[in-house]
Amino acid sequence: MSEQWFPNVDWEKMWEATYETLYMTGISVVITFIIGMLLGLLLFLTSKGQLWQNRAVYSVTAIIVNVFRSIPFIILIVLLIPFTKTIMGTIIGENAALPALIIGAAPFYARMVEIALREIDKGVVEAARAMGASTWTIIRKVLIPESMPALVSGLTVTAIALVGYTAMAGVIGAGGLGNLAFLDGFQRSRNDVTVMATIVILIIVFIIQFIGDTAVRKLDKR
Amino acid sequence: MKPGNRLFKKRCQITRSSMLREMRERNFERKAFLSLWADRLFSWKGSDPVIFIEQAKKVFQTKNGPVKAVDNINLSVQEGEIFGMIGYSGAGKSTLIRMLNGLETPTEGSVTVAGRKISTIKGTELRKARQEIGMIFQHFNLLWSRTVRENIAFPLEIAGVAKAERDKRVAELIELVGLEGRGDSYPSQLSGGQKQRVGIARALANNPKVLLCDEATSALDPQTTDSILDLLVDINERLGLTIVLITHEMHVIRKICHRVAVMENGQIVELGPVLDVFRRPEQPITKRFVQQVTEPEESKETIQHLLTEHPDGKIVKLTFVGVSAEQPVVTELIRSFQVGVNILQGKISQTQNGAYGTLFVQITGDPAEVARAVAFLDAQQVDSEVITYE
Ligand SMILES: Nc1ncnc2c1ncn2[C@@H]1O[C@H](COP(=O)(O)OP(=O)(O)O)[C@@H](O)[C@H]1O
Ligand SMILES: [Mg+2]
Repeated sequence: MSEQWFPNVDWEKMWEATYETLYMTGISVVITFIIGMLLGLLLFLTSKGQLWQNRAVYSVTAIIVNVFRSIPFIILIVLLIPFTKTIMGTIIGENAALPALIIGAAPFYARMVEIALREIDKGVVEAARAMGASTWTIIRKVLIPESMPALVSGLTVTAIALVGYTAMAGVIGAGGLGNLAFLDGFQRSRNDVTVMATIVILIIVFIIQFIGDTAVRKLDKR
Repeated sequence: MKPGNRLFKKRCQITRSSMLREMRERNFERKAFLSLWADRLFSWKGSDPVIFIEQAKKVFQTKNGPVKAVDNINLSVQEGEIFGMIGYSGAGKSTLIRMLNGLETPTEGSVTVAGRKISTIKGTELRKARQEIGMIFQHFNLLWSRTVRENIAFPLEIAGVAKAERDKRVAELIELVGLEGRGDSYPSQLSGGQKQRVGIARALANNPKVLLCDEATSALDPQTTDSILDLLVDINERLGLTIVLITHEMHVIRKICHRVAVMENGQIVELGPVLDVFRRPEQPITKRFVQQVTEPEESKETIQHLLTEHPDGKIVKLTFVGVSAEQPVVTELIRSFQVGVNILQGKISQTQNGAYGTLFVQITGDPAEVARAVAFLDAQQVDSEVITYE
């Protein structure tokens, strides 16, 4: 059947591209999660009425986050070429895509973290303070667990966006399914390759969505 | 009765008989100073005050200018006492109670709890002090992500108690608050009353010296409120725990408090043992609160109506205080005098220091006999007041 419907698909190449996409998505999701959490916590804790209320820190962080969140990803990649070259030594391949992926996604996730933290009942934080909890304990044992469903669903959305970003990065040489669809499919007029790459991407997205939704359902005890 | 309780009563009598009467006779501005003085004498007679608030003031800076939430409050609370503060919304009750565990810092003045000057300590010292002050809240403030057991264990984790000991303590607390079998439930699976029980268990986990209750029953229905109040009394008696509670319901004060402070505009306008305040409320606001639990709302109109319908008889309002409420005064009245006694309306409530209530009766018959009956009532341990047209 694959011969009939997808005559031009080289399955080995397809697997390799899938692996590259998963690799780029996986690494960037992990690092985006870490940076996004840190930035999100900083935004939340320095905002008005919170534990580390600090207008200067909040404003600077918010501006940086907003600027990077607003730059279209395809332009961000181009803008970051010199930076990528300096730190990664190359602008070709999966690893070269990582800085742009992370810088593009982390501010996006940071905002979602901030929103998730804002939704926590203020009374719960107050109760923890009344019990004598330190700020670190409050972060670890109140803020993060109490916002976990929102943090996970935010991460799901971010991961799906990152799959899309890897495809865009692929077009300018990062490898993966986007690269395959563009070079082998579009430029060589093999529509079946493009369609197959699309199907694989959709499957990846659906799996991420399914895992995310299941996790949120399991976590949410409200 | 426990010896602690007797001691308490004795202290009340000292205040009742001297200090507070003196305070009442003087003018209002000097009251704060006098109440402080009375409280000090109070503490000299009994145990040390576990809470001591001196000249506390709190001003919030808002967009619409400064707001004086707490205005020059002096107060001390004895060990083992259930101290109530009542006032309408915005009176400054929450701000005052939050000063007791350092959630608010006074703009001026000082707050001492269990020997620690909460108003000045910071950092680790403040956190250590907070571990010895439990607090429960109107909306319970439980962590939805933790089970009952884990919620109760939270303050123990904060205090660095080892796992094995934590489990043991949590089991004890679950039993103490009557939540056996619900340890693995999540807060979302509990009723309001059960949630507040978890809140109480959590607040007691580190064996605090003081329990603060910020409108702890205001989100509960009357029946659940009573069961939570019973639990608080039980804890107070069993553990000798000092409880400070704030509320806008006089019912709560009546049911469990030993002393009460009435707050208005950031100030304490009236302070004393609950029965005293019930018997002789001075400020208009206090009178309104007392009426919440003694006089049915509709009584005034009804009495006026009865006065119009029966101009011949006399309508007497009897106020029972303490032991006398148990005495069959009305039975005596009917037996001893040739009068008709018609009970119009009444309400008797139990307080921590005895019963309190009012009864409206209509006495009819020969005017001379009625007058003798009224004189008899006056001689009893009952305050009586002949109601006339207004
Ligand atoms: N954080 C705050 N910032 C500004 N104003 C406040 C703050 N907390 C309380 N207030 C004001 O202080 C007054 C007393 O509030 P509160 O202590 O909550 O009263 P209560 O608990 O008796 O209802 C109110 O006028 C309230 O608006
Ligand atoms: Mg309040």
